[in-house]
Amino acid sequence: MARKRYPGIAAFEPELIRSALVGAVQRLDPRRLAGNPVMLLVEIGGIITTLIALAGFVTPTAGGVFFPGMVSVWLWLTVLFANFAASLSEGRGKARAASLRESRAAVPARRLREEAFDAPAVEVPSSDLRPGDLVLVRAVEVVPGDGEVVKGAALVNEAAITGESAPVVREAGGDRSAVTGGTTVIANEIIVRITAEPGQTFLDRMIAMVEGAQRRKTPNEVALDILILALTGVFLLAVANIYPASAYSAAASGTGAPVGPVVLVALFVCLAPTTIAALLPAIGIAGMDRLFQRNVVALSGRAIEAAGDVNILLLDKTGTITLGNREATGFVPVEGQSRADLMEAALLSSAADETPEGRSIVALIREKTGTDVTCPPGATFIPFSAVTRVSGAECRGTTYLKGAADAVVKAVRERGGTVPPDLAAKVTGIASAGGTPLVVARGSTILGVIYLKDILKTGIRERFMDLRRIGIRTVMITGDNPLTAAAIAAEAGVDDYLAEAKPDDKLRLIREYQEEGYMVAMTGDGTNDAPALAQADVAVAMNSGTQPAREAANIIDLDSDPTKLLDIIEVGKEILTTRGALTTFSIANDVAKYFAIIPAALVGVYPRLAVLNIMALATPGSAILSAVIFNALVIPLLIPLALTGVRFRPMPASQLFVYNLIIFGLGGVVVPFIGIKMIDLAIAGMGW
Amino acid sequence: MTPPDPLMDAVAAALFLLLVTGAAFLFGGYIHRVFSGGVSSGLPGAIERAVYRFIGTSTDEETGWRGYTRDLLIFNGIGFIALFALLLLQGILPLNPGGAGAFDLLAALNAAVSFVTNTNWQVYSGEVSASYLSQMAGFTVQNFLSAATGISVAVAVMRGLTRRSTDRIGNFWVDMTRSVLYILLPVALAAALLLASQGVIQNLDAYVTAGPQTIAMGPVASQEAIKLLGTNGGGFFAANSAHPYENPTPVTNLIEAFLILLVPAALPFVFGRMAGAMRQGWAIYAVMLVIYVAALGGLYAAELAGNPLVGELGVSGISMEGKEVRFGLMGTALFTASTTATSCGAVDAMHDSLTPLGGMVPLFLILLGEVVFGGAGSGFYTITGFLVVAVFIAGLMIGRTPEFLGKKVEAAEMRMAVVTVLVPGVLVLLFSGIALALPGAMGNPGPHGLSEVVYAFASMSNNNGSAFAGLDATEPFYLLAGALAMAVGRFAPAVAMLALAGSMAEKKAVPPGPGTLPTASPAFVAWTVIIILLVGGLTFFPLLAMGPVAEYLMMAGGM
Repeated sequence: MARKRYPGIAAFEPELIRSALVGAVQRLDPRRLAGNPVMLLVEIGGIITTLIALAGFVTPTAGGVFFPGMVSVWLWLTVLFANFAASLSEGRGKARAASLRESRAAVPARRLREEAFDAPAVEVPSSDLRPGDLVLVRAVEVVPGDGEVVKGAALVNEAAITGESAPVVREAGGDRSAVTGGTTVIANEIIVRITAEPGQTFLDRMIAMVEGAQRRKTPNEVALDILILALTGVFLLAVANIYPASAYSAAASGTGAPVGPVVLVALFVCLAPTTIAALLPAIGIAGMDRLFQRNVVALSGRAIEAAGDVNILLLDKTGTITLGNREATGFVPVEGQSRADLMEAALLSSAADETPEGRSIVALIREKTGTDVTCPPGATFIPFSAVTRVSGAECRGTTYLKGAADAVVKAVRERGGTVPPDLAAKVTGIASAGGTPLVVARGSTILGVIYLKDILKTGIRERFMDLRRIGIRTVMITGDNPLTAAAIAAEAGVDDYLAEAKPDDKLRLIREYQEEGYMVAMTGDGTNDAPALAQADVAVAMNSGTQPAREAANIIDLDSDPTKLLDIIEVGKEILTTRGALTTFSIANDVAKYFAIIPAALVGVYPRLAVLNIMALATPGSAILSAVIFNALVIPLLIPLALTGVRFRPMPASQLFVYNLIIFGLGGVVVPFIGIKMIDLAIAGMGW
Repeated sequence: MTPPDPLMDAVAAALFLLLVTGAAFLFGGYIHRVFSGGVSSGLPGAIERAVYRFIGTSTDEETGWRGYTRDLLIFNGIGFIALFALLLLQGILPLNPGGAGAFDLLAALNAAVSFVTNTNWQVYSGEVSASYLSQMAGFTVQNFLSAATGISVAVAVMRGLTRRSTDRIGNFWVDMTRSVLYILLPVALAAALLLASQGVIQNLDAYVTAGPQTIAMGPVASQEAIKLLGTNGGGFFAANSAHPYENPTPVTNLIEAFLILLVPAALPFVFGRMAGAMRQGWAIYAVMLVIYVAALGGLYAAELAGNPLVGELGVSGISMEGKEVRFGLMGTALFTASTTATSCGAVDAMHDSLTPLGGMVPLFLILLGEVVFGGAGSGFYTITGFLVVAVFIAGLMIGRTPEFLGKKVEAAEMRMAVVTVLVPGVLVLLFSGIALALPGAMGNPGPHGLSEVVYAFASMSNNNGSAFAGLDATEPFYLLAGALAMAVGRFAPAVAMLALAGSMAEKKAVPPGPGTLPTASPAFVAWTVIIILLVGGLTFFPLLAMGPVAEYLMMAGGM
């Protein structure tokens, strides 16, 4: 299939890197850093040490120029690296937004007085359209705004939104009535009732989201910010406290001098959780971007995080768990009838039946017998009707019928036939195994039952097992009778099911679960899904769905694949995991940095504190510099992890916790010891 | 004296901790019944109801966290004013056979804040400066009330964490009444009788003069019991529990160490019962016990190693300077670890005289924020703050909005947990920094002097009350800064945790599943221990390096 997907913009495309580098420098402006206080403090530290280094040029002091100069360089690099991470993640969104924006340019719209193709029209710019306005859109014209088709049907190319080049049908009434501004009508004409205010259209919201312009901090980010800021405050105070404490100690021991400002600034920057503070903005934006690569647009960051918290998934059976169509898988003749007769009758009744079920019956018989019987000429097809609820054919004077058991029984009785005593048991047997029984009759004789089966999507059972492992319950919603529903539920491995569900049952079910404190996710496309979508914590609407459904949802799947909900949950979890892992790593790093800097800073006062220099770093200067350099370098080294996220693993929380704790906690303690030592060796090797 | 036998001492310590654990578990069950109204019958029940009639409240009238905080602050404010006035007026009030005069204004302020905040930092010598009236109606009463305040806040926090969809976290007056009437009074009474039977004095006699000596007397046993049970720590005598009239024998020493740990160790089990998840109670207890055992072992080992310089002088045996020979090394270590792990602050040895690393253990236990059992009540609610931080980071790591007991931990809870966890450390850094910049009041120069200053502010900010005695803490700066540190260190975490409880109470709770982080697992216990040690360690690494570590290295190097 010719399909354009968005991941065309790679993480490290040269153009993006270049603009991110420019952005990194522009962001040095303290006003722009105000949103990230930790990095602002690093910059202030950098200014202080730079001034000290410059003062060293003017009046040569004992401290010299080299050490404060080198510390300054690396402090500035620390800020630049952080800025680069933020610019890079935003740059990818901006590039996408630019391509989307091309579709949004104002187009002329034909506003109608009334709902008729020949009604008088006024040409207005699309920006003047208000909800309720009726517009006529003809072939090869761009739909001027979001709305609902109220008259007509047309082929629409939605590539601007979905990246999908194959056109789709949009028609009045039903579940395919929604059209999106910026898409193009290819054939026919439609009248659209506008539903969105200008500037509030789907495309506008999408642009704002991918650009990050409307990105508000999510609740978890706010809470993490509080922790990061509080730790930074305490470390600032702990470092400030070293000055009087070391002054007192120097006076008492009679040797050495108080720890100087350059070392204090260096220590503060190393202790402050700069790693997580630098990468935090990128993590959330990158998460949304990853969803976008899977053709999912989240209309708020909060919705993605909520997806990570979901406990209950409500899934429609058809389209999500099973393929839309049932397939014939077997023939069960009633007592006294042969299988061959049954199959022949089934074939004749279905030969002209173009429904997927009908075709699957023909295909199965061909596969089983190799016969290729077609209905002889002169036969007439009896199409399915809602009244008789049977279909079939008149062939050589005989009527072949197939349909739901009660409908066929009724038709046979009307023809004076009798019902075989074992039919009921066979029908129930198939239904309770999750199949759909189709009873076949020739004239007034019931021959047997066709076993139609729901076909599960491939891999769906494994995905549900993964979900259960991470504590998410799946609930299947179906209009089937409880027997069939139970069998399919068991086969697919869902935790629970709601059979014979009516549209408002979903809403009621969601409310019940939420009342117990659960977070509920669901997918929907129809207008009657809209209330439930609005109620759900995570509501994924199919892009092919109706306008009300898309309005009520907080996530839109452009591919209209309900299984995507599982991807969304994974990305939601990855965002949170990445934040937690980098926070742990950042704090764990401090242990090694203390062991590098404190002995170096205090060895003048208490020479014996040199035993704390367990990394055996060359000189006090190289020790402090190594810690600062490590602290700076770790940011760009972790940018790829921040952008791709810590990979989702379907494990129970208790295992996952220990796993991540070992990698990021223990790793966070050990890695800097090694890293700082290596940098120190390099510095000493260069003879600094 | 016979040299200590580490193996025997370890067995003794293990038996002691086993006893504490068993008693805490049972006592926790009793406390849980107390606060569910299960023991409000008979005469005590009648007294309880009379108290409510007098105050004009009833067990049904619960308040939200704001109301609870208001009542708590009013009550403690009145307690402070009453004690402050009493100390200033004791010279003209009765029951003053020692003829103590009025407290100096700043000393009275410091002492009143100290006792109201359960710190019991003493800038005076009890036997010299305080009348019997001040001791009994002032200090002993506050010993009860400040401990009851701590227990009440802890229980209110437990309610907030375990209740669902409500804005009520309890009735302060009911919690106070029950804490005093059913928990502190009966146990203190029994303990006082037990201690008196072992030789702790209890009289209102005039001081005895024997030759050149004046031997102070007084109602010691009654104050001793609550001083320990309520993790108060303010000694009747300046020498505190090292004084033979406060703590005459190795047996009383163990009884006293037991009393110190009883209430703080029982509260996790109260929580476990209230949450309907005893595992959670055990997990919190395990966090405390792990750090306690490590500290006890470190302290014992450091003291056993002693000071090589003294050995070179030809003195054999372990370092017994500042220790009471009758308690021995393990008795001293047990008491010292217990009193600083909890925010008690009573001492049976001079912490100032411990070896450098041995002295670092009680100092570090205090700097951890008094969560290793901690103060009566305050230990529980402070460690809850740490748990919330631990849950938050761990929860993110498994990819969910963090949850504690099925409730989401969000920005509001984070703010309050951070205040609880970090405020005491901030106070220590701030005031010790100022103190070190000022001309010294330290009794010793060099690293030990620095340790004395840090210990003083650690002790006050965390409401412990014990001291490295070398410091002259009667200077106006220490009196004022100390009073401020004690007040903020006490009430900021208490109010923050009440606020946290209030916001948690309003939440719904989701039953735990495989996707929720188990907060009672060994892995989570270890993680919480790491968080507590990391926060304490990262905050105080430089000060500890310039204090006890530098001192130790100099001693080890023969300086």
